[in-house]
Amino acid sequence: MSNALTHLQRLEAESLHIFREVLAECEKPVMLYSIGKDSAVMLHLALKAFYPAPLPFPLLHIDTGWKFREMYQFRDSIAKKYGLELLVYQNAEGLAQGVNPFTHGSQVHTDIMKTQALKQALDLYRFDTAFGGARRDEEKSRAKERVFSFRSSSHRWDPKLQRPELWSLYNTRKHKGESIRVFPLSNWTELDVWRYIEQEAIPIVPLYFSALRPVVEHNGMLIMVDDERMPLGIDETPQLKSVRFRTLGCYPLTAAMLSQASTLPEIIAEMSQSKSSERQGRLIDHDAMASMEQKKQQGYF
Amino acid sequence: MNRQELNSPPQSHAAKTLLRFITCGSVDDGKSSLIGRLLYETHAIFDDQLQALASESKRLGTRGSDLDFALLVDGLAAEREQGITIDVAYRYFETARRKFIVADTPGHEQYTRNMVTGASTADVAILLIDARKGLLEQTKRHSYIASLLGIRHVVLAVNKMDLVGFDERIFRDIENAFRQFSREMAFTQVIAIPVCAVDGDNVSSRSPRLNWYQGEPLLDYLESVTVDRGELDAPFRFPVQWVNRPHADFRGYSGQIASGVIRPGDKIRVLPSGRQTSVESIVTYEGALPEAIAGQSVTLTVADEVDISRGDVLTLSDQAVECGAQFEATLVWMHQQPLLQGRQYFLKIGTRTALCTVAPVKYRVNIHTMEHVSAERLEMNDIGVCELQLDQSVPFEPYTVSRILGGFILIDRLTNDTVGAGMLHFALRRSQNVHWQALAVDRALRSAQKQQRSCVLWLTGLSGAGKSTIADILDQKLLQLGHHSYVLDGDNVRHGLNKDLGFTAQDRVENIRRVAEVSKLMVHAGLITLVSFISPFRSEREMARSLFDPGEFIEVFVDTTLAVAEQRDVKGLYKKARAGKLKNFTGIDSPYEAPQAPEIYIDTAVLSAMQAADLILSHLRAAGFLVGPTP
Repeated sequence: MSNALTHLQRLEAESLHIFREVLAECEKPVMLYSIGKDSAVMLHLALKAFYPAPLPFPLLHIDTGWKFREMYQFRDSIAKKYGLELLVYQNAEGLAQGVNPFTHGSQVHTDIMKTQALKQALDLYRFDTAFGGARRDEEKSRAKERVFSFRSSSHRWDPKLQRPELWSLYNTRKHKGESIRVFPLSNWTELDVWRYIEQEAIPIVPLYFSALRPVVEHNGMLIMVDDERMPLGIDETPQLKSVRFRTLGCYPLTAAMLSQASTLPEIIAEMSQSKSSERQGRLIDHDAMASMEQKKQQGYF
Repeated sequence: MNRQELNSPPQSHAAKTLLRFITCGSVDDGKSSLIGRLLYETHAIFDDQLQALASESKRLGTRGSDLDFALLVDGLAAEREQGITIDVAYRYFETARRKFIVADTPGHEQYTRNMVTGASTADVAILLIDARKGLLEQTKRHSYIASLLGIRHVVLAVNKMDLVGFDERIFRDIENAFRQFSREMAFTQVIAIPVCAVDGDNVSSRSPRLNWYQGEPLLDYLESVTVDRGELDAPFRFPVQWVNRPHADFRGYSGQIASGVIRPGDKIRVLPSGRQTSVESIVTYEGALPEAIAGQSVTLTVADEVDISRGDVLTLSDQAVECGAQFEATLVWMHQQPLLQGRQYFLKIGTRTALCTVAPVKYRVNIHTMEHVSAERLEMNDIGVCELQLDQSVPFEPYTVSRILGGFILIDRLTNDTVGAGMLHFALRRSQNVHWQALAVDRALRSAQKQQRSCVLWLTGLSGAGKSTIADILDQKLLQLGHHSYVLDGDNVRHGLNKDLGFTAQDRVENIRRVAEVSKLMVHAGLITLVSFISPFRSEREMARSLFDPGEFIEVFVDTTLAVAEQRDVKGLYKKARAGKLKNFTGIDSPYEAPQAPEIYIDTAVLSAMQAADLILSHLRAAGFLVGPTP
């Protein structure tokens, strides 16, 4: 008799089950693709779930216009490599108003260029189901999130109106106009994601690996100067430091960490010893105690 | 174990196994503290989170200047304010040997629903007991639910030992009382551990303050417990989830193996059809596999062209599963709207969805005493044993054999909410002995003889709207035209067939079910059947509709405002209802759910009864139900 499955095999099998359930029961799914490591794992799992069929839904990237340049290159190379249908959406109104993280602050920028943009894109393409790479271990308010998370026709998340999820049975029924966010990585932890990337040799953005990069220190955070739009103080000069990123978002809002880890085993070893949480590097989370919950209610995924 | 050993070198990660457990306890038993402590001791809490915890502990905590670990696991803002958790939350931590997923369920009035949800995926239950209070009713309740949901390993964590002076006698008394009680439960292993969760005694390492306890600390137990459900040795079961057909040359069946092992060449059977074929290959992204085992998500191709769809179950040819359409099952109700006998719900089991009617509820279980109480309906958080009637035969296994092929959810057809969850016991043999008798004279022949196509006209509306008057006129007109029709009138049917029914929501559902079945027989007899019933609930009218072929159920909404109906009050019933002498009267203290898309809409403010009958008649003619010569 064969041995029981390892925990990574069980997580993988569960995620594949979730992907297939959506395809079998939902009308118009899309995968929210944020280019980061979780998206990379999610895409890999989706390719596995439907093999030998090609990916049966498009990828949607909500582009704030402020991602790292390497992220854009990586995104396009992946779409090309796997022959994926990639939709890129920007909030045209926000763009015209010149919304940016420096003058408008992280909250306004994230709301207009990310949350509102996402809602606009879902309405435009009439997607009824959107896969997201969020994990329950990321943040406290996510610990109670369902795998199938229901949103009203105005994309609001009501924590009190979520359906109980038993066994591996998912109720995918919804009324016209309502939508579902589906999180195939719900039960994965950050460490699981890294181990799986290593085990499966999944391509990820090189920014995750340590290298010499130009950074400035802002409020105790190391911010990479990725292009000339970054306003610098008179006494601020970018310094080359050996850094890597634990999560990737908009470059002005994503702090780098000092690290020498330039291979996956080194990253995993460093991770295992880590004393700080993954979201510490995200400026948006520091605003208020329950900020994630509020953002989720407004439609952030 | 010391804390250093918990951090393992990365290379051993691949071989880790997964354990899912649930923690049960009420608000003050220290459940959140225990989970917080487990996370802390296994380094699942980072420095920035600890920092936040320290500041929150001062502001919101209940432990003075000490860290309040309970705050670590209370997520949502609304819950913070109430100081309690209100939903199932999942936590993650790991040690060198295992990864753990904890279902953290709160202990207040919504407890049953949440605990059932958390227990559905758990292998082990930790029951928290306050050493000062001993074995309470709620511990018995938790044990019952854990046992019901198939958990076989239980840890009795006797907490707050510091508050009883670390007294061994108190611990042993509680342990013995629990062992005595839990003999009636289906547990294979019960262990009791004295702990002090806030200080970490016996959580990850043995406590010197409890040196009389010779057993393992909690974390050691969780790391080493074997929870083999026997899925690998059980017969092969594969619910087909999705048919993978990218192009004409490939057809695969994707799904997650519920139990057993499969290899290419194995002879298999498709249930419920019973057709046979054999496995050609096990397809995965990494290439074809020589075998696949329980838990894996794979894609199978088969040797022959047989009809296989989502919802079918594949088994080995000589180890087929049973199929059934009527079952006895335990049902847990999870919604404010109570379960009504006779109402139709969607039932999702494995990858199959069927229509299901619950009839009857055999009894409710008093979860405080485990006694069986007679009941006609189940309210939120009730657990009962019921009979289920499905609209199709489904492959299944008893829940005690397979969680995947024996566990199901019920979904409300209108709101789409998940309203209940259940566990199949066995199929009722009844259906197998009653076969549909095929008769030589069929419906088409009978209809043709009457120069018509039979159908049902379902008149719904408030009492006093004029349904019966319209039906009566229409009946007369049809007779004059040489057609055969019959009126089923609400009041008349309640004089005979339904005289045992009252006007509670429950009885109204049954009232409509019977009339729907009778009108179906009449349609089979070739008659144009006029049903004149208030039929206030949308669900039941939809149920009635589902008995008929598309087009032959014609819903007629006889619309009147409540004010007008009440003013007419032909039978004097509104007056009685307003005076409180008539309970559950539609429109007064019982709701009327108006049709959203009736085939025929009659506004009685505009049309007379005669005009309404003519309108229906012209609809019947236009839709081809009256095929005879028209005068």
